[in-house]
This record gives sequence, structure tokens and C-alpha cells, in this order.
Amino acid sequence: MAGNLVQGALFTVMVVRAGMLRDPEFQDELAQQIERSPRFFQNAPVVLDLKGAEAFASADEFVRAKELLGQYALALVGVQNALPAQVEAAAEAGLASFAPNATNPSRRQAPAPEPQPTAAPPEQRAARTSARLITEPVRSGTQIYARGTDLIVTAPVSTGAELVADGNIHVYGPLRGRALAGASGDAGARIFCSRLEAELVSIAGRYLVSEQLPAEQRGFPVEIALVDEQLTITRN
Amino acid sequence: MAKVVVITSGKGGVGKTTTSAAFAAGLALRGHKTVVIDFDVGLRNLDLIMGCERRVVFDFINVINGDANLNQALIKDKRNDNLYIFPTSQTRDKDALKRDGVDRVLEELKQQFDYIICDSPAGIEHGAISALYFADAAIIVTNPEVSSVRDSDRIIGILASRSRRAERSEPPVELNLLVTRYDPARVSKGEMLTVEDVLEILSIPLLGVIPESESVLRASNTGTPVSFDEDSPAGRAYLDAVARFLGEQREMRFVQPERRGFFKVLFGRA
Repeated sequence: MAGNLVQGALFTVMVVRAGMLRDPEFQDELAQQIERSPRFFQNAPVVLDLKGAEAFASADEFVRAKELLGQYALALVGVQNALPAQVEAAAEAGLASFAPNATNPSRRQAPAPEPQPTAAPPEQRAARTSARLITEPVRSGTQIYARGTDLIVTAPVSTGAELVADGNIHVYGPLRGRALAGASGDAGARIFCSRLEAELVSIAGRYLVSEQLPAEQRGFPVEIALVDEQLTITRN
Repeated sequence: MAKVVVITSGKGGVGKTTTSAAFAAGLALRGHKTVVIDFDVGLRNLDLIMGCERRVVFDFINVINGDANLNQALIKDKRNDNLYIFPTSQTRDKDALKRDGVDRVLEELKQQFDYIICDSPAGIEHGAISALYFADAAIIVTNPEVSSVRDSDRIIGILASRSRRAERSEPPVELNLLVTRYDPARVSKGEMLTVEDVLEILSIPLLGVIPESESVLRASNTGTPVSFDEDSPAGRAYLDAVARFLGEQREMRFVQPERRGFFKVLFGRA
């Protein structure tokens, strides 16, 4: 199939509690464990759990943790249960932020989209996160991520721009770029736009590229949903 | 209050330097004291287009580094007393554009000039960012074809996020669209985007449409800003754009295909 650019996938990832890294016995235990099944651990991805480890606050510390695990051929790819400041520091060290897994086990290993620290200001954990609202045109090369919420754009979205939301995406204007709704796995998310000219649309990892979009829907206001695992476009 | 205007596009070869020269000359003709600065360090061209290449002693980078003062480096145009050229270095590269140095030089220029025109290099790297960072207004030069339009869209996004006005949350950089190398005959054949297509995608105010014209090449080769050539359609289109920039209403010319006269039809291609 042409261009498997955006596809959802589930992975098993080892989780290491950040506190353990400081335990002098941890390295010995890790070495023993790896010796027992070296192939399983070879270049395996690791996520660092930051629960109760507020001390991890600077990008340097994440880089050090990455190096330490690297010595055992483990690849630190991200963090979870991170405080907003930690998310930023981790991003600086090139680490992704994974959604915490305690509340929703079925989604725990869904890879989070690339974190974009500037685009996603750290929100307080409010009872309900209101949708992210963008009122200026979204220009080519811009990426906007609505973490844990809906994204509403009331201006054109240019070719080469990318909208990502964990919830629904609404575009009141032409959608010419890419729109990825339900980015952390919500198959109930939908995309709405007042003019469909998108390069790519995706919901929960299922996607259609421009040339797969039905010609009769192009240029019209549509709603896109996932019905029986199929991306379905209906004209509004 | 002096105004810093960046001429930018993202894509190369669309007519930034031609526009910088023509626009600066147009402002000077209207009586505004204007300087045009070449930000394309290492690929110096503005001096050629302005016809002052044999008078360059010190350059922009010398002044940034404190090796020369401003008045040693500024070149006064021989045709118009209001027009000055600030050439760049051909031997250095864009890394020489230190932000605080550029800031200091622009502040100094603001004391003497009404308009400071910054001729940006192509791309979205350090050189282009340096040229647009301090801008109050931008002229986005776009050719009527898709790759140019997309690159312009990208540079508009950068103006809105990475200029000093954006970083300080001041009123945004004033955006103006200039469509250049427009050939109405090819547009009507569907070989080029129409002005409307370009506007639809970029959605910023249209400052002017410059027709594709031999006079532009001739002007470049002779080192004359095309707006000094009032007989050429391109020159008149630039003067119209300058007038609109200064707040006047002017009708858009040169967007319809030229009507071919009876004899031209009879005697062929013309």
C-alpha cells in the first residue's frame, strides 16, 4: 500500500521505574537479567516511569538515564507519568511522553505522537480540558497537537500543515493539510471540515491519503468517522 | 518612525532581489529616504541589480563586526538622492549575521531613513530568519505556481511565529503579497495559477501583480531598478505596488491578457 506514513501500532515496552536507576543494586540485577535472555533485551525499547521521581527535572538527567540504559543496549524512548516540566525536559532530551497507563490499560502502549513542547503548553490537570482553539491560518510546516482534547480551527489549514488531536478535529475552512484525530487510540474520534482537500486524514491510526479520498467528496463539507474499522466519509 | 520591510519568499529565483531594488527605488521616487540591505551573505547580487558593484568598499558584515562605520559602507545611488544601497559580503557566509549586530545596525539606520528594505536570501535557515526577524512589514514574493505558493505559505508561518514581533507578542508583522512573473496569456491557458488561486491559498492582502516582462531582465543586466523604467509594464506595476503600500488605491493592471491588435493577429506570433 502506498505510503505507510501514519499507522497505529501496539508495542510491548519495558517500563523502568526512575527511582530504581539510583539503586546501586539495580545495575547488577539488570546485567543478570540480560545475561539470562540476551536476545530479548537486545536494543529493546524502554519507557521511564517518573511516578514519585520529581527529582528528574532536567534534560541532562534524562540524557544520563539514556546513557546508563544504553550501556546495556537498551533504548530509552520515552517517559510516562511525567509532570509538565518533566515532559518538557524529556522532550529536550529527545524522549516522547507516553500517556499514563494506570487508568486505561487497553491504550497503554499506543505510541504517542511526537511531542511538540512549543505547540502543547503544559496544562493543569483540570477536571475537563477544553478544546484547543486556533483562529489563525495554519501554515505549511506548522504542527499543532491538542493533547488529550479536541482541536478546533476556524481558519484555513494549508498543504504541508499537520493537525493532531487526541480527540476530534474540527476545521471551519478548507482542510488542505493532514488531520490525525484520536491520535492516542480513540477510535470514536471524528474529523469535521467545511472543505475537504486534505493530504491525509487519520483516525486512531487508520488513514487515507489524498488520492484515496473519494473524488465526489473533495471540496465539500464532510464528517469522517471510523465505522467497522473503516474510515467513512459522509457529506454534511 | 522608520519602517523595516523584509522582501522574502522561501523559494529562490522568484524575484526577491529584483523586487527589493524596484521597491526601494519606488519609495525613493516618492520622496522617502530609503536604504536597501542585501542579507544574502556570500551570494551578493543586489549591488549588481542596483548598478553599484564597482563602488563597494565596506559591507554589511564589516559594519556588524565594527570594522567600518555605517556611512563608510552605505552607497548613495547616482540616480536618486533618497536611495542608498547597503551591500553585503561575498566572502563570508550567513553565520556572520549576528542577531545583536543586525539589531544595532538597523537601529542606527532607523535614525537616518524612512524605510529599510531587507532583501532576504532564499530558504528558511539562519540567513532568511535574520532578514525577517526585525521586520515591521513583509512583502511575500510569489510566482503563480504551486511550489512557490507553498514555500510562501511556510515563510508566512515563520513570520507569524519566529519574528521579534511574534516573540514579544507585539502586533504581528504586516503581510503583503506580491505576485511576480505573471503571464496573463499563460494563465488563461491554464498553465499558471491565477491571482485568485494564489490569494485563496495564502489569504493575505494583495499588494500587486508584476507581469512577466523582458524589461526586468534588461533592467538587471544594466543595473537599473526596473521601477526607474516607466515605459515598461513591470516598472509601472512596481510603482503601483509602492503606491498601494503607501496607502493609495490603485486599480490592478496587467492581470488580463493583452488584447492583440488587428495587425498582430494578421502577422502572427508577436
